[in-house]
Amino acid sequence: MVSAKPTLTGEIDAKPSQGKTSVLKALRNNKVAYVSFWFLVLIHIAVFLGPVVWRVNPEELQAAGSLAGWSLQHPFGTDDLSRDVFARMLHGGRVTLIVGLAAMLFSLLIGTVVGACAGFFGKVVESILMRITEAMMAIPTFFFILVALTVLGTSPTMVIVVIALAGWMEIARVVYGETLKWKEYEFVEAANASGATPFRILTKYIIPQIVPSIIVAGTLTIAAAILTESAISYLGLGIQAPTATWGNMLQNSQQYIWTAPVLGILPGVAITIVVLAYNFLGDGLRDALDPKFVKK
Amino acid sequence: MNPESKSHPTEQAEPLVKIENLKKYFPIKGGGYFTGSKKIVKAVDNVTFEIYRGETLGLVGESGCGKSTLGRNILRLQEPTDGRVFFKEENILAYKGHEMRKLRKQMQIIYQDPFSSLNPRFTVGEIIGEMYDIHGIAKGAEKEKKIKEMIELVGLDPSRYHNYPHEFSGGQRQRIGIARALALNPEFVVADEPVSALDVSVQSQILNLLMKLKEELGLTMLFIAHGLNVVRHISDRVGVMYLGKIVELSETDNIFDNPAHPYTAALLSTVPEADPRLKKERIVLKGEVPSPANPPSGCHFRTRCPLATERCAIEEPPLLEVRDKHFAACHYPLEKGQTLKQAISSKEQSQESVTI
Repeated sequence: MVSAKPTLTGEIDAKPSQGKTSVLKALRNNKVAYVSFWFLVLIHIAVFLGPVVWRVNPEELQAAGSLAGWSLQHPFGTDDLSRDVFARMLHGGRVTLIVGLAAMLFSLLIGTVVGACAGFFGKVVESILMRITEAMMAIPTFFFILVALTVLGTSPTMVIVVIALAGWMEIARVVYGETLKWKEYEFVEAANASGATPFRILTKYIIPQIVPSIIVAGTLTIAAAILTESAISYLGLGIQAPTATWGNMLQNSQQYIWTAPVLGILPGVAITIVVLAYNFLGDGLRDALDPKFVKK
Repeated sequence: MNPESKSHPTEQAEPLVKIENLKKYFPIKGGGYFTGSKKIVKAVDNVTFEIYRGETLGLVGESGCGKSTLGRNILRLQEPTDGRVFFKEENILAYKGHEMRKLRKQMQIIYQDPFSSLNPRFTVGEIIGEMYDIHGIAKGAEKEKKIKEMIELVGLDPSRYHNYPHEFSGGQRQRIGIARALALNPEFVVADEPVSALDVSVQSQILNLLMKLKEELGLTMLFIAHGLNVVRHISDRVGVMYLGKIVELSETDNIFDNPAHPYTAALLSTVPEADPRLKKERIVLKGEVPSPANPPSGCHFRTRCPLATERCAIEEPPLLEVRDKHFAACHYPLEKGQTLKQAISSKEQSQESVTI
């Protein structure tokens, strides 16, 4: 920490060093986003570490029989095939969240590369990339996904790739706009004047400025990806049984909606809360990462 | 300031940078989608001059006259529309991308705005260190040592190596910008209004720093400014720009004591005098600077010039040597020692004699 002391130049420092403002601290101003953040941390720990503690096989038939109620052995009961619902919720959640995260990362990668190149290089590159982006936006996403999965098959990798391919355009447009803005700054021209290559300028000077926007877009994309995965699983085109996901558990449960409503309620509520939490977190981060909104 | 300290390298100096017929035109779209005619702003219009090795050439003009554009085009930060720029006898406008990038360590720029010209996510060390990284000049401890030397050279505390630009004041940030520009020991530096964004007390500090560094490092500098007094302090020669053209170019004292172009004379008459008892006859230029998209015919300055005649509307005056090493683009340049007031009155007299 440097205090406000006169330096060699005789000038007074503009302001004392505060170090980097913690994003989490800034996030605390938005109660909903703050709670969402910790809730998501909790859910991710449960889903990724839970199966280590709760060692029941989600695909194994249990002695308790089908559609059993709550008990100490099976906290959420069993499903129609006498499988432990709690174990299935944990394992299904893991698959759902991995699909969401992986699709988001892949979307971010495509969107950032396309948007940054279009904005930075301009001219022909811009025209080609942005027209492709707009053409992709014009295709109804859901039908694109259904057709692609029907043709390409429904392996988890394919599901991830197809969801990512359907969701990168918004990110590309955000990154494109931001790149246009930042490339006009004098420090970017100064980098050019120093002899930096376009690749260096893009990766060291422009993209780091856009990271906050990319993070915000990322959280919102996860929410959308989880929702999409659930929807296609529900239609039977997602990840196939016996692998559990929240989406296909939901589909499975609809025959028992009157006899065992909890089978539908659990994955349904889980999807809803996680998607909501990601949306709230995204909104909160938008403010927290924007230096203009940082309060003292 | 001691007048002897000012060197006049123009006597036997060779040009380091030569600018020939440089033009930078910006197209502007006007009117509707179908009816709009494409207009062109001639931001830099056929400019030719030389910058000698070791000198500081001041470039003055009102805002919008194209002086910053000229500086950027010389460094090829914008691509000129036409013309040639020679750096050490080589036309750099013909250079390819990688050749140009290599050359950039020899020519640098100092910016006006100390806030937008520094990467907000880099520390001081990283900002200056980039110069060494880009050209692969120094690494590790050696690089850090060089960076700290640069920080010290511009009068900052090297212990602030890890500080971010927002933790500095405007003047200090400008020092960082200077350190960055000089890190690779360039031969030619364009200083684009480096003190305009600073308050007056800091301005003189930065100016003195620039002059000191120029002497120590043997720089050649194109110093762009809109304030005449700033330019007088630092320049060996001064160029005056008006609407994309250089209208007058000479040694600093010639420009300030015996201006030849009526525009320069009018500008000088508005500079406040330190001594309030000295009464100056101030000549206030009438009207506004014409739009660069639609400049007047002939001499661009004729609409505001007290000496203008019909000839000025028809014939564009070229930049000619009106006196020894004193160039002006005017059909009716002032004589040595003649003031603008005298020129105006003698013009009126001659008109009267014609009518009689």
